Amino acid sequence: MTDYNFAYLDEQTKRMIRRAILKGLAIPGYQVPFASREMPMPYGWGTGGVQVSAAVLTPEDRFKVIDQGADDTTNAVSIRKFFEHTAGVATTTKTAEATVIQTRHRIPEADLGEGQILVYQVPIPEPLRFLEPRESETRKMHSLEEYGLMHVKLYEDISRHGHIATAYAYPVKVEARYVMDPSPIPKFDNPKLSNSPAIQLFGAGREQRIYALPPYTRVTSLDFEDHPFDPSKADHPCGLCAAEDSYLDEVIVDDAGGRMFVCSDTDFCEARQNAGHKGKDAA
Amino acid sequence: MDTQSLEGGFSNPALQSATAFRGVMEAMARPATVHVLQDAQPPAPLSVAAGVVLLTLCDTDTPIYLAGDVDCCAVRDWITFHTGAPICAASDCAYAFGTWEALMPLSVFPIGTSEYPDRSATLVVEMPELRLEGATLTGPGIQDEAHFAVPDVSAFQTNAAQFPLGLDFFFTCGDRLAALPRSTEVR
Repeated sequence: MTDYNFAYLDEQTKRMIRRAILKGLAIPGYQVPFASREMPMPYGWGTGGVQVSAAVLTPEDRFKVIDQGADDTTNAVSIRKFFEHTAGVATTTKTAEATVIQTRHRIPEADLGEGQILVYQVPIPEPLRFLEPRESETRKMHSLEEYGLMHVKLYEDISRHGHIATAYAYPVKVEARYVMDPSPIPKFDNPKLSNSPAIQLFGAGREQRIYALPPYTRVTSLDFEDHPFDPSKADHPCGLCAAEDSYLDEVIVDDAGGRMFVCSDTDFCEARQNAGHKGKDAA
Repeated sequence: MDTQSLEGGFSNPALQSATAFRGVMEAMARPATVHVLQDAQPPAPLSVAAGVVLLTLCDTDTPIYLAGDVDCCAVRDWITFHTGAPICAASDCAYAFGTWEALMPLSVFPIGTSEYPDRSATLVVEMPELRLEGATLTGPGIQDEAHFAVPDVSAFQTNAAQFPLGLDFFFTCGDRLAALPRSTEVR
């Protein structure tokens, strides 16, 4: 065992975070302020998600961490090791086997189930922040349900680009009340937010906010009748596993303009390859 | 203060509160589902589940209101020793404990403000039983509909109508716990 308290944080901090999570679940989409702690990693590396994970983990959990869908990038590896070390939890890369999944900017391709908790790392929790920099004003806008500015922003997208050009962190409305930032997930993932059997928790460390979506919560992406929401993706199959329905990363493979498209969800892609699916770029 | 109030807390707070919180969180995330909590032995008339909720969520930052029979010396001493939470009036509390009748009227509890709806009380209601039948519940956390024998349908309708303001409820009976957040519609 280690010299750290279970899951690194002290008990009073965990109680404070746990109370914020419960209020977040009771008011879906509302950002609950919490006294975010300094963590042994820089802001922007998932300090909010780490604190939420620390508050919900139990010794029996199996923990998975993804960064843009990948289990093997620096951020994911270091957070996984952090909880292996401080909480002694088992870890996995398989989505179906994980009970708690901390994620940076993706929702796994595989459907989540009732026993699972998805913890999002959130950089800017306030969806209105780039439209209105003052916290006192955005708070008032949420309390008055005054979201016209957000629709103006989407409308300006249409007038400039001919379509809604927001491709990630696409704003959603929760249970027809709060407009919420789903964290910078691609808009391709937005439909998976709604009616999920899993509990979804969002932690923003630097901005000191926690919010939540209970299971089976209605989440709709903002749009217009004549410009309905379109969860688009790159129009290619995966180069390694040939999946047609997964979110793809574009990878530059040489300096002559060569490129390939591969699943951003490494576990999903590997499982398909192991099952015999083969894309055109597979070795 | 006798030594009884020193007993009955978590023997391993970090691990036992982690496990307990998962039950508490699942309860709040999925209204009208029953979860078993253990590892605490609070003095009567606090139930085991209410005691576990107290140990898991309350500390010096959470004023507590004790309603009716639970407002006794044994319970006060136990809370003070194990959590350090201040005991306060209903209008100032973050958490309240007691039976439904003792907690009335609900209008005195803080329901938050429109800018900070989270600054509202959580009521932990001691129930004679937790029955998953009766009133029909819909809302976040409930797939289609759920059923729960709530103490007073109209009180929960009034509470839900205030959304996003309102009170959140835990129901305890022995070592069992269920929850009903303000977001749940009760019919």
